[in-house]
Amino acid sequence: MKLVVLAGTPGSGKTSLLLHTIKALLSLGSRPAVVKIDCLWTDDDQRFIRLGIPVQVGLAKDMCPDHFTIYNTEDMLRWAHAQGADLLLNETAGLCLRCAPYPDACLAVCVIDVTTGPNTPLKVGPLLTTADVVVMTKGDVVSQAEREVFRERVLDVNPGCSIVEANGLTGKGSFELAELIRVSPDTVTNMKLRYNPPLAICSLCTGEMRVARKHHMGVLRSLDGSMGYRGE
Amino acid sequence: MRDVTTLTILGGVNKEGVPECINKIKVNKGEIIGIVGPTGSGKSTLIDDIEQLARGDTSSGRHVLVNGEVPDASVRVDPRLKLVAQLSQKMHFLADMTVEDFLVMHARSRGKGPELVERVLQLANTLTGEPIALHHHLTALSGGQSRSLMTADIAVISDSPVVLIDEIENAGIRKQEALELLACEGKIVVVVTHDPVLALMATRRIVMKNGGMVDVITTSSQEQQICCKIAEVDNWLLSLRETIRRGDLVEGTV
Repeated sequence: MKLVVLAGTPGSGKTSLLLHTIKALLSLGSRPAVVKIDCLWTDDDQRFIRLGIPVQVGLAKDMCPDHFTIYNTEDMLRWAHAQGADLLLNETAGLCLRCAPYPDACLAVCVIDVTTGPNTPLKVGPLLTTADVVVMTKGDVVSQAEREVFRERVLDVNPGCSIVEANGLTGKGSFELAELIRVSPDTVTNMKLRYNPPLAICSLCTGEMRVARKHHMGVLRSLDGSMGYRGE
Repeated sequence: MRDVTTLTILGGVNKEGVPECINKIKVNKGEIIGIVGPTGSGKSTLIDDIEQLARGDTSSGRHVLVNGEVPDASVRVDPRLKLVAQLSQKMHFLADMTVEDFLVMHARSRGKGPELVERVLQLANTLTGEPIALHHHLTALSGGQSRSLMTADIAVISDSPVVLIDEIENAGIRKQEALELLACEGKIVVVVTHDPVLALMATRRIVMKNGGMVDVITTSSQEQQICCKIAEVDNWLLSLRETIRRGDLVEGTV
């Protein structure tokens, strides 16, 4: 069983890329299954079902969607195995850029939108810096020079990654990504995360709704960058 | 520069999945080749296929060979090894950077030094009537300035043996000078255009229809003569444009 974890900011083109890549994978003889993780609502599963492959949706609701993904990874793999798949494609919700839901034994794919500008790779953090493959989307909207500058910035923060230039409308790049998936190693049990989840826990994590500082406890960081424990 | 003596396009399928009428075109070093056809006929897809050196892995199923061989994968993606420079239809930059920062960064991505930046700027300013400065923000440049900068950037920084140009005529720049700048000796130039001067400057032109290559027309000597005449008219129009831009009167100059 192979595990592919696909992350990237909302609207970066993860789903469109994945739809084209699944077609390419099927033509290469793979048996993929998809788990789509979202926060509150999604109908992307309908788009995947049309490709005739096993699809499962997970909604994180009150939980951090990346934590939800990590917590349910074993379950997803078991489900994919039961469906007769040899490849699990896990599309994450991808929101806060602080977490990177990539286990060590997966192919970590970060999808990033070129039109967000060449400073974006500096802002994305572990989602980008710990990925194996970085897929640059919407490159047709900018000039070749801008794509190359963007690419250079990606390599600045993640020198070892493979970069794929893709287009979710035309399917450009999907065969390249499918090939990288095909040659990636199988997953293992006892996986570990590549990057630590955020510092926890503060009273906001447990449901505090009042804004005033006096109500907050836990490991907290102030605007000036100083951090400390407040509480009993 | 890495040597490219021929570029071969092997036909794929059109939008209906039917094999293209033209199944092979070989373009030689030093040649300018045009691509013509109505909107939606697949001109930009053909340009994209060449840019990514397609190997049956794009929607058209075409293959592009360099010197008769399938090029190495690294040549497709690494800007330092890239064989193809592309001037796309884009008229504006989206990157929020100064002209200088952008050019330094782009030179680095192509494995070149920052000393090229001044040359790009000088060259860009010969193509546009509105001067560009290094401290200008890319996003604030006009269409003509952006296109001039993109053109000069390709001539100096992306200096590649194959140059692709997508619709230079709408850009508000000196298009013949731009083409001559990009098509300097020993390059293969592919230009999407319906501009009569540019199309007839090409030795041949590929005709596109419904996503497929349907014909290749060789520019006749008669067409070449017509091209010279149109070029005169064209330069005259451009000088009138400059006159109007300066705020001068057109009467008396004619």
